[in-house]
Amino acid sequence: MSAVVERITPPVAAPVQRKAARRKSHFTPARLGLYALLVSSAAFFLLPLYVMLVTSLKPMEEIRLGQLFALPLNATFEPWVQAWSLACTGLECRGIQVGFWNSVWIVVPSTIASIFFGALNGYALSFWRVRGAGWLFGVLMFGAFVPYQVMIYPLVRTLATVNLFGTLGGIVLIHTVFGMPVMTLLFRNYYAGVPIELFKAARIDGGGFWRIFFQLMLPMSLPIIAVAVIMQVTNIWNDFLLGLVFAGRDNLPMTVQLNNVINTTTGERLYNVNMAATMLTSALPLAVYLISGRWFLRGITAGAVKG
Amino acid sequence: MASSQPARKKRAAAAQLALLPMAITVLGVYIGTVLWSVRISFSSSKIFPKNDFVGFSQYERLFATERWTVSLHNIAIFGVLFILACMVLGFFLAVFLDQHVRGENVLRTIFLYPYAMSFVATGLVWQWMLNPGLGIQAAVRNLGFPEFQFDWIVNQDKVIYTLVVAAVWQASGLVMAVLLAGLRGIDESLWNAARIDGVPRWRYYLSVVLPQLGPAFGTSFVLLAVGVVKVYDVVVAMTLGGPGNASEVPAKFIMDNLFTRANVGLASAASTVMLLTVLALLVPWWYARSVQSRKLGHS
Repeated sequence: MSAVVERITPPVAAPVQRKAARRKSHFTPARLGLYALLVSSAAFFLLPLYVMLVTSLKPMEEIRLGQLFALPLNATFEPWVQAWSLACTGLECRGIQVGFWNSVWIVVPSTIASIFFGALNGYALSFWRVRGAGWLFGVLMFGAFVPYQVMIYPLVRTLATVNLFGTLGGIVLIHTVFGMPVMTLLFRNYYAGVPIELFKAARIDGGGFWRIFFQLMLPMSLPIIAVAVIMQVTNIWNDFLLGLVFAGRDNLPMTVQLNNVINTTTGERLYNVNMAATMLTSALPLAVYLISGRWFLRGITAGAVKG
Repeated sequence: MASSQPARKKRAAAAQLALLPMAITVLGVYIGTVLWSVRISFSSSKIFPKNDFVGFSQYERLFATERWTVSLHNIAIFGVLFILACMVLGFFLAVFLDQHVRGENVLRTIFLYPYAMSFVATGLVWQWMLNPGLGIQAAVRNLGFPEFQFDWIVNQDKVIYTLVVAAVWQASGLVMAVLLAGLRGIDESLWNAARIDGVPRWRYYLSVVLPQLGPAFGTSFVLLAVGVVKVYDVVVAMTLGGPGNASEVPAKFIMDNLFTRANVGLASAASTVMLLTVLALLVPWWYARSVQSRKLGHS
């Protein structure tokens, strides 16, 4: 139908007019069908978020009624308070706020370190000739695909030998190491777009390796640093496996604490508290996602399109 | 000339120093640990690594272990369904969004937000929704369909499909984003030419757009496939491998044997198998890409 309609509409020469014709929405059945499909897809994606929210605001009596999709009759924030400060995460019952601060302590240094090394590597690889660097980079890219399980046990033994196993420093080091492939790729691709004349001019001006890096390249890299921050904060905050193995009982990140709260309770399971805890854990990455918008997208496509 | 030979060498030395962490990481972590793991897989290590050599006996033990063969079976089913569903759903969402619809930004935000959530959170939410007594099954029954059944999550044969649903919910947005970027890179004039020739829109997508999206599809496939091999978080959160061993996956098998069951040799054999599988997936893709880029004259 729409094909016929579009054929009858004469092809307009001026591009401006063509744009205006496209913006006008045709209310053909095909068009309505398109919107229907899009809206139902959106409903599918939004459903779990809705259920999470609604469940977390209901008292347990309402949950036992088994009306998963019903709005709360007696909405209460009690489950949220309980999740934050009273829920039991293993041995102690101080709520998931412990995990929140642990995650913060893990994410901030790991993000800074992994971005620094990614930028440094990308800069060195793009502008300087070092023997064997190309080969190292190739293996690093391959390393990004190796499943963690192959590397975990030797890493545990190594960290234990240097007394870093189960410490904050250890988990930060692990995140830095595992973040290196993507971060290096990100910055290398970015610096590949920087004109070499700029670098040569800086060299002629007497700039050395470190001066050019800190005073020219890094300040120029703010857009890609923003993308890198978004990627690393999201990925490290959402990490479960590495935190579980390397963080140690005192530094368990929020994702691990969340799983402890929900999957290792005895007695009646407080589904409203569970959902509140899940929302609290997802709050930060979702906020980052909503605020960063286009930058988040850039991060995905930049990391996905391996050049 | 201002820059003398010694000065140039010094700058190169600075670059070498700067790349030292990368070198240590590549050699020590990415190569060293893999070799170490493979070495352990040929020993009889249990809790602590032993230095003996037992040939392939750990591998034989591995493939005689039912939990492992079940996990392989599960990951194959999960992988095929997950990748297929994500690619199809992601493609259609990208195509729909490419039709100049109103509210495109809002819709795109909605389709992609699950990817910002952790796999643990996803697993826990879907575990709750699929709870037979209080979740979707109960809600639909209360709406007046007392015979409605949706207890897949406690059904040994169907639990793997629940994992697929949760994972597809999380990851299709990613495929959509990659494909949409690819679609936006396609020349609009091609559509105008096709339209003048009387080609219907769906035919245009089938014959013109789809072939040009080859690289985007390839990238999505690799991203998804690597995720399949690694899948761990969502299983631990959603089903813990249950009921029984019905939703066991290789990553979880390895983790359990490394830490809980103290079977380091067996676990290392399993992880070596996992690594070989990943290599088998990646090497053809890399080869195809390098051939293609050589054809296009890229360095």
